[in-house]
Amino acid sequence: MTLNGIGKHKRTFGEWLRSRDGQKVLVITAFLIIPLMLLLVFTYIPFAETIKFSFYNMKYVGARKFVGLKNYAKVFSRDDCFGALKLSLYYMGGSVVQLTLALYLATILSFKVKGGNFFKGFMFFPFLINGIAIGFIFKFFYTRGFVFDTVLGWCGFNLEDLPYWLKDRSINNISLVGTSVWRYFGQNMVLFIGAIMSVSGELYEAAMLDGANRFQQFRYIILPSIKSIFVLNVILSISGSLSAFEPPYVITDGANGTGTYFVVMHEIAHTQQKVGLASAMAVVLLSIIFVVTILQKLFFKYVFKDTD
Amino acid sequence: MNIMEKTGKAILTTIKYLSLAFFSFFALLPIVSCVITAFKTDREYQNTNVMTLPESWLNFSNFVDAFKKAGMARAFINSTVILIFVLVFSTILGTQLAYVLDRFKFTGNKLIRNMFLFATMLPGVAMQISVYEIMYKLKFINSLPGYIVLMCGTDVIAIYIFIQFFENIDISLDESAIVDGASYFTIFYKILFPLLKPAIVTSCILKGVGTYNEYYMANLYLQDKKHLATVATSLYTFVGPLGSKYNLICAGVIISLLPALIVFILCQKQIYSGLTAGSVKG
Repeated sequence: MTLNGIGKHKRTFGEWLRSRDGQKVLVITAFLIIPLMLLLVFTYIPFAETIKFSFYNMKYVGARKFVGLKNYAKVFSRDDCFGALKLSLYYMGGSVVQLTLALYLATILSFKVKGGNFFKGFMFFPFLINGIAIGFIFKFFYTRGFVFDTVLGWCGFNLEDLPYWLKDRSINNISLVGTSVWRYFGQNMVLFIGAIMSVSGELYEAAMLDGANRFQQFRYIILPSIKSIFVLNVILSISGSLSAFEPPYVITDGANGTGTYFVVMHEIAHTQQKVGLASAMAVVLLSIIFVVTILQKLFFKYVFKDTD
Repeated sequence: MNIMEKTGKAILTTIKYLSLAFFSFFALLPIVSCVITAFKTDREYQNTNVMTLPESWLNFSNFVDAFKKAGMARAFINSTVILIFVLVFSTILGTQLAYVLDRFKFTGNKLIRNMFLFATMLPGVAMQISVYEIMYKLKFINSLPGYIVLMCGTDVIAIYIFIQFFENIDISLDESAIVDGASYFTIFYKILFPLLKPAIVTSCILKGVGTYNEYYMANLYLQDKKHLATVATSLYTFVGPLGSKYNLICAGVIISLLPALIVFILCQKQIYSGLTAGSVKG
């Protein structure tokens, strides 16, 4: 008796609530309401507000003035805003290195290796360190005459020939990208190992019996099995590069030309309190990320014939 | 097997282990150099190279100093309180949400899933511009409860782990309970919730490490560093006048990463499998 009209008498609300249908509605509402409210308050309202703020000249408190598209004009004309996006090219380069490295090591580790778990653990652990600790570790690491210079000294380099890793504008962004590679290559590697392991072991055994060598196993078994997670990671790293933030934020504070787009945006929003301009920057970057994501969907649809 | 093949194999094995050793060295060097420096006295730190081993591995004075100077006792209490509440609330909310999304077909189910998925795409730093204004209006700035609510509301990777897990629990279990007259709440709490234990452990470890390490939002919303510092933000003490005393700073850094290290050593398997599960759908 689920349909109201068919029942012998019209049910009261109380009866309906005790019925299966009522119980269903009740449990769905009870379990959804708080997560949805949190999602609304901390994601969707801020999202709408950011778009609204981008049309105003405003601080967090005080008067607001509608300025139309002026903030957007500034984003594209100010050197410190749009110019900072160029730095993301360094981070994209870094993610290519990072993904290649991760794939290489994952391939090695998915075959029998003595002490494989230890190697895996060593390389993964940096992912679990908090951002500001990483900041200190690398300020220390790159200081003149300290860790990095000493190790290069062991390899025969002269200290006089080495640059100041965090100050020299020709190298400092590469130094920062290095820290990002250091932090994430192990995590990428673990993801790839997971994907490779999801292929049944019998497949490898069969390949071995057929006389396939390691390279052929890589080419015909491993590569296809991780194709989609690899492409997904490539695309994620593009949006990740555009929104690179932590390395410069905690290590150099954006000094000496290391301020990425988000570092500049953070500084404009929270230090200079030009909330409108910062919001416009956020909207511009979000739009770029959306375009990248839509391209990703199309790519998956037409290249992999993926339905998902 | 002929000689050619044998040498080829030997070379490959050598390359394999050399690569692993080299990149493990690359991963560990920054951390190890910090450990070495943390055990040095001021005099040693100034007069020896950073990679020279300390005279005594029992010199814990930097650790004690760093712990006191950065107010880490307080910070550990704050971080623990935050962790407990965030993990309890987000586990309850996450499992309930996953239960409803996996077990009930209703209008808007797909939409809600996509809304959560879409939220993971938005970069946190960009969103914080206006989240800050909302936190300000809610009087959630410099408030531990406010920060806890925010941390429960962000990051929903856990629901994908839970949804995946529900998909593998046979629905006939629910159905037979319904025939027995159990309510949905009973089914969820008495039957399904206990079965979710492995997924809950995995998601708590991941979310726990993430919450413990959260620096940007803690820094932005818990500005009162004297009373409301977390372990991560307490390290901020070392920015400024103490900024070149690296033996002290390294000790502080090591203290801050010890909990993550212990969890990692104890729960490696769950961390790896949780990451892999989260990435498939995310």
